[in-house]
Amino acid sequence: MEKLEVKIPKSRKDLPITPLSIPVIGSIGKTGDWRTFKPVIDYSKCTRCLWCWIYCPEGVITREEDDTPRIDYEYCKGCGICAEVCPLKAIEMVREK
Amino acid sequence: MVHTIIDTANHIAAYAAKAARVKVVAAYPITPQTTVVEKIAEFVESGEMDAEYIRVESEHSAMAACVGAEAAGVRTFTATSAHGLALMHEVLHWAAGSRLPIVMSVINRAMGAPWSIWPDFSDSLSQRDTGWIQFYCSDNQEVFDTIIQAYKVCEDKRVLLPAMICSEGFILSHTFMPVIVPEQEEIDDFLPPYDPGWILDIENPLSHANLVSPEWYMEFRYMIQQAMENAKKLIVEVDREYGRRFGFEHGGLIEKYQCEDADLILVTMGTMGSEAKISVNNLRKEGLKVGLARVRVFRPFPKEEIRKLAENTQMLTTIDRHVSFGFEGFLATEVKASLYSREKGMADPPLVAGFLAGLGGRDVTYRDIEEIAKKSWKWMEEGKVKEEIVWWNLRE
Repeated sequence: MEKLEVKIPKSRKDLPITPLSIPVIGSIGKTGDWRTFKPVIDYSKCTRCLWCWIYCPEGVITREEDDTPRIDYEYCKGCGICAEVCPLKAIEMVREK
Repeated sequence: MVHTIIDTANHIAAYAAKAARVKVVAAYPITPQTTVVEKIAEFVESGEMDAEYIRVESEHSAMAACVGAEAAGVRTFTATSAHGLALMHEVLHWAAGSRLPIVMSVINRAMGAPWSIWPDFSDSLSQRDTGWIQFYCSDNQEVFDTIIQAYKVCEDKRVLLPAMICSEGFILSHTFMPVIVPEQEEIDDFLPPYDPGWILDIENPLSHANLVSPEWYMEFRYMIQQAMENAKKLIVEVDREYGRRFGFEHGGLIEKYQCEDADLILVTMGTMGSEAKISVNNLRKEGLKVGLARVRVFRPFPKEEIRKLAENTQMLTTIDRHVSFGFEGFLATEVKASLYSREKGMADPPLVAGFLAGLGGRDVTYRDIEEIAKKSWKWMEEGKVKEEIVWWNLRE
């Protein structure tokens, strides 16, 4: 199969036979805007166990060379799962202003 | 070169899946389908068939596994009956909407309640609007040939839809008949390997059947309708090519028997369509010009062929092995809908009479069909269909 590209259909001819989606960052905009509470990592407590990285349902926590987790606030929706699973309680949910 | 296998229609369906070089079979057993998937399990176990056999916990899962496998780009097969098919219902829509050309044997069995294991078409006809092509077979040879043909039709880029190959439980499923099977190389030549329309591939990740807004949903449905229209032409072509190569042709969308000069044409499906040939022969000996149109493909429905038949005949009599409660037999509805003209004043349309027969596996013999034809013939002469629906052989 030929490699798929993201296309905005203008007419029926542009449609595939069935809707096929390929992963694209931010395909529906900057979802960080949805956030009410923001997870903030206290790196002095963090042991780099990576539970937050594993559990993040949006895949917006990335892992640096030394396993330091970084949250992409442009797309983090603030669900709070990372804070909930963190064994060290090193993530605080801070209300957005 | 060909060879003959003498076996039941269910085993023949398994032989056809093997001959089609199916790569994944996911199935759950149910009477009267069980021996289809038992035979395939034997083939896979013995190494005669190079396929993955997935044992699942339900028919819903069987169809879901077929959807997954077909989306990964391999030819799949499954089989079911009655309540198993009903349990698949949701996933049938996903298969058709995702344009996955899965082929499935449906061994027709009446729906409960009351509980029944005997044949009628209430299971598959309840799935009419799922977007699946529906073939109805009249003997074991046709079961084999249609499974092979169906892959060729369904996998064509102009179609890409799944198909049910329906055959009545016990009447065919457990009945031995000789079937002539072409050599494997000849089948491979007729049916090349599956070339999918799209594929799930970990190197190029994608997801399918996603949310589509009202802006575009209708267009995807329209494409399924177009695919059905394309299938109409292709089913006829593929059946003809199969006949040319292997000697068996089954009438394309509709098998016509003695229709050219017929005043009255019986319209039916499945095994009643082979039984009725004997009735037609007998009735013609008595001087009644009766013909037979066996609807081989119910979806897409051969409305153009029905219209054509109507041009030169006085009456069409449908015999349905199923009822749509609160209305009538499915063939009765489709035939009448096909005849309704888009122009005002269609000249002299034929009468249409609707008979219901053989529900829950009650035997419909050639004598029954002769009597049905005679009753209709009388109405034809009187110029009036006396009863709107006749429940044939209904007990007092």
